[in-house]
Amino acid sequence: MSDGSDALKFNLPFERASPAGTMGVLTAILESRTGQQLGANRAWRIETELTPLMRDLGLASLEALAVAAQRSPTIAEQVADALLNQESSFFRDAAVLDLVARALAAMRVDHPERRLRIWSAGCSFGQEPLSLAMLFAEQPALAGAAMPEIIATDVSEAALARARSGRYSQFEIQRGLPIRRMVEWFDTDGTDWIAKPELVRRIAFRRMNLVAGALPSGRFDVVLCRNVLLYLTPEDRRQILDRFATILQPGGVLVLGAGETTIGQTEAFQPSPTYRGLYERDASSV
Amino acid sequence: MKTCLVVDDSKVIRKVARHILETLNFRVTEAGDGREALDSCLACAPDVVLLDWNMPVMSGMDFLRALRDSAIASRPKVVFCTTENGMAHIRAAIEAGADEYVMKPFDRETLESKLQIVGMA
Repeated sequence: MSDGSDALKFNLPFERASPAGTMGVLTAILESRTGQQLGANRAWRIETELTPLMRDLGLASLEALAVAAQRSPTIAEQVADALLNQESSFFRDAAVLDLVARALAAMRVDHPERRLRIWSAGCSFGQEPLSLAMLFAEQPALAGAAMPEIIATDVSEAALARARSGRYSQFEIQRGLPIRRMVEWFDTDGTDWIAKPELVRRIAFRRMNLVAGALPSGRFDVVLCRNVLLYLTPEDRRQILDRFATILQPGGVLVLGAGETTIGQTEAFQPSPTYRGLYERDASSV
Repeated sequence: MKTCLVVDDSKVIRKVARHILETLNFRVTEAGDGREALDSCLACAPDVVLLDWNMPVMSGMDFLRALRDSAIASRPKVVFCTTENGMAHIRAAIEAGADEYVMKPFDRETLESKLQIVGMA
C-alpha cells in the first residue's frame, strides 16, 4: 500500500480523471491487465466492488482511485483484482465434472503408460481444481499413483494466494460441496474451512494471463476453461481456443461453461460425439 | 411438485425457508418441533425435511433417530439446517442418518445446491 500513499502526494493535473471518464479508466485497467471486458450488465458493480479498496487506501471517491491506479501499478493490480468476476463454487455443474472423470478413466485405459494431465484455466479461488482432486481421489481408476496431474492457473495473484491457502468461508464451502466431502477433506478454523494439505498438494497453482501469457508446458488430456471466455473479446476468445487446441493431446477434451461454445468461434474444436457438452480437438485443423 | 417439511421453532426461519422453497417449486409444510414433525411425516410423507437442531419438546437429532427407527413407509431426505456448525455436530448428524447439512445463516443458492445434492432440486 505504501507506494499508493506516496503516489498520492503528487498532484499531476493531467492525470486527474473526470467523473465521466472514471469508469472508462477503471474498466481499461481491468482490460489491459486481464483481457476481460466489463460489459454494460456488470458496470453497475464497479462502485460496489471498488468501495472496500477505496476505504483501505483512504480515498474519498472513484475519481481519486482512478488517478491513484494510473500512478501505481500496485493499486492498478488491486483495481483489476477487485473487478474480476471470481464467482465460483465447489462441484459447479457437477454432472460435467463427472463426465470429465469418465473421460479420464477411459483415457487411462487407452494410455496406461503415461500420467494424465489436466489444466484448470481461470481457477479463481481454487474450487474447481479442488473439486477435481476430491473426485479423482474417490475413484479407484484415477486415485493414487494413477491420479492425473492438475495444473490450475489464474490471472490474479490474489485469487491464487487464496486458492493455495485452501481457506473458505462458511458461505463458500457449503455451496455445492456435499457434507461428507466437507468432513473428509476439510478442517475447521473458527468459522472458516481449510482444505487438508494432502488435497491442496495435488494441485500446481500458477499465475497466467490467458490472453497474453505463455502456455503451460507439455500437453494436456483435459482443459477446463469455464465461464472465462465470455468476458473476453471475440478475437481473444478465438485466439485462446486455437492455443488450447495446440496443447491438447490427440483425443483430449475441452470443457467450457454452460453458456459457452466453440461453435462459430473456431474450427479447431468439434462437439464431442462421446461426451455430450464437451469438445474435442479437430484433428484435421491442427 | 415435491413436498418439503420445514421443522424449526423460529417462525421467522420457517417463513424465510418457505419463501425460498416456494421459489424452487416446493410445496411447503411446517412444524415447530420434532414431535409435530413426526406427526406431519405420518400424515403427509414429505420428500425432504429441512431440520433445525435445537427445538423444544423434541430436538432435531431426536426426531431424526425416531424417524430412521420408525415404521414410517416414506424415507424422506433429511437436511439439517442449524447454527450447530462444529465438526462434532456434523459428524453426529451424518452418523444418525442425515443426508445433508446446511449451516445457518444460509441463502437461496446454498439451500438450492444442497437440495440438488440430495436429488430434490
